[in-house]
Amino acid sequence: MTLTDLPTPTFGGGYDGEARPRMGFFTDTSICIGCKACEVACKEWNLVPEHGPLRISGNSYDNTMALGANTWRHVAFIEQAKPVQVPDVDLAAAAAAASGAVTGVAQAREGMRWLMSSDVCKHCTSAACLEVCPTGALFRTEFGTVVVQQDICNGCGYCVPACPFGVIERREGDGRVFKCTLCYDRLKDGMEPACAHACPTKSIQFGPLEELREWADAKLEKLHEAGFGDARLYLRDEANGIGGAGAFFLLLDEPEVYGLPPDPVSTTRDLPKLWKAAAVAAGVVVTAVAAAVAGGRR
Amino acid sequence: MTTRQPTPLGATGDGSTTATGERRTIAGRSDGRRRRRDRGLMVPEAEFRSYYGRPIIKEPAWTLEVPWYFFVGGMAGAAAPLAVAARLTGNHRLARSALTVAGAGVTASVPLLVSDLGRPERFHHMLRVIKPTSPMSMGSWVLAAMGPAAVGAAVSDRLGILPGLGRAAEVVSGLLGPALCTYTGVLVANTAVPVWHEAGRELPMVFAGSALASAGAASMALTPAADAGPARRLAVVGALVELATAGVMERRLGELAEPYHQGPAGRYAKLARGCTLAGAAAVAAGGTRRRWAAVAGSGLLLAGSALERLAVYKAGFQSARDPKYVVKPQRARLEAANR
Repeated sequence: MTLTDLPTPTFGGGYDGEARPRMGFFTDTSICIGCKACEVACKEWNLVPEHGPLRISGNSYDNTMALGANTWRHVAFIEQAKPVQVPDVDLAAAAAAASGAVTGVAQAREGMRWLMSSDVCKHCTSAACLEVCPTGALFRTEFGTVVVQQDICNGCGYCVPACPFGVIERREGDGRVFKCTLCYDRLKDGMEPACAHACPTKSIQFGPLEELREWADAKLEKLHEAGFGDARLYLRDEANGIGGAGAFFLLLDEPEVYGLPPDPVSTTRDLPKLWKAAAVAAGVVVTAVAAAVAGGRR
Repeated sequence: MTTRQPTPLGATGDGSTTATGERRTIAGRSDGRRRRRDRGLMVPEAEFRSYYGRPIIKEPAWTLEVPWYFFVGGMAGAAAPLAVAARLTGNHRLARSALTVAGAGVTASVPLLVSDLGRPERFHHMLRVIKPTSPMSMGSWVLAAMGPAAVGAAVSDRLGILPGLGRAAEVVSGLLGPALCTYTGVLVANTAVPVWHEAGRELPMVFAGSALASAGAASMALTPAADAGPARRLAVVGALVELATAGVMERRLGELAEPYHQGPAGRYAKLARGCTLAGAAAVAAGGTRRRWAAVAGSGLLLAGSALERLAVYKAGFQSARDPKYVVKPQRARLEAANR
């Protein structure tokens, strides 16, 4: 998909011949090991400051807490009391045969599973942050990604509550908003983003969105075949409230378990209705004023 | 979204696993003082899943300057057309008062808006682009045009200089005023904050009513009773619009309206409605004959209007902070689509 295909009304093919294939992330959480190399690489490459003194959250190994102005990658850790599936069928059968137990069915055992997932800005097709930005500081690059121009942002903060994922945030002490740029500078030089480069398991994959989607579909099928019925793709399709995302995910549970909204909507989708409501209200103001003076001076 | 009827937030997980964080219920946390009939108390405990109960969306970065701007800007926006209408009917004393209110309101708006910015020295970046998808952009342009017009008209009227230009400026500000006092409803509704976004159909009208009430009240207080009739009527009508639309808004929000009954937003909402009702009653009953009733009623209406903006503002923060307001409606939407 090229930029000219993006249905975002504000930016319909502003790059003409210079538009590049839309680039994005596919984060396959089934192979994330929670090493946080992505967080570190992102901070180092982008010179992202620390997000305050270290606080131990008590929420598994997650002390980053959330995406924000100073955390552009965030690894979530979820501990669930759920029997761990054994994907290697031969191994399970062999073990069962050796112990003389009932064969054929993987036994449900006591245990826990540990979900890990590296979250990031979704670089939405219909990006609410970009659409509500009154200064034009947020823009869509030739790669179809969404980036803040720091020399333009005046810190109005409108993008902050507009984002349905709670990604973008105003940096304290600076006043401007910051978020993932999908390493715009590295992309310009033909390099992959720092987080994807650092990921040791290729849980974070970077590439043309079309290719990533094909790869993700194949991976999902494999997981389903292996018995991971919980596996699902999140934000892969364009038929959702944000018109598709430049960063999508393979999850092993419902999105809200990872702190992601189950059905995000770009608020500007409803903007025509909102302007209509304002026009009606303005009409009421005019009518009320006219009626008030028509009633005479006293 | 805005046209959807409120649905009971009956979202559940699959029930087979214990997710991380919490499963909580709306019913379990509901405020016992709520008098409203609430479906949430009657449906079985609706559960939702979250990541350690942490918020999904960010709270706005805005500070209290914003609701105060909504108040003074709204007052100015509704006062400007009142000035034009009063002038057309030959009521020059009321026109002067309304112009004063409009001029003072827009003058106060500018520093409030600039100081809320993270980088105030870059305030003029607001006028780099014109973007209909950004209510803040449109509002900035309306204020940039109306500000000088309203202030110029008020100064011209008071000092008697350049009367022709002053009248023209008065008309310009009168035409832009209705936009200034209603776009702010779109501004907050055009976010991912559930209690704002889902009230998108009502918020501009709530703000319009609140603006009419405050503009009428302020203009009335500055005008001799013999000439203040239109301002009095406008104040009462505005108060009724504000109260009625706020009620409709809460009913349509259903369980999402919970913040309006809890915490700071709940207190502001209750106070706002009390002040507005009392103020409207005082003005309607004694505004013509008794000066004290007019002044007290005017003060109550102004307080009610300001408090209503604070209630809406605080409710947005409360609704952004709790993931249940984000997860449950979205779950319900998905389940309805799958059914």
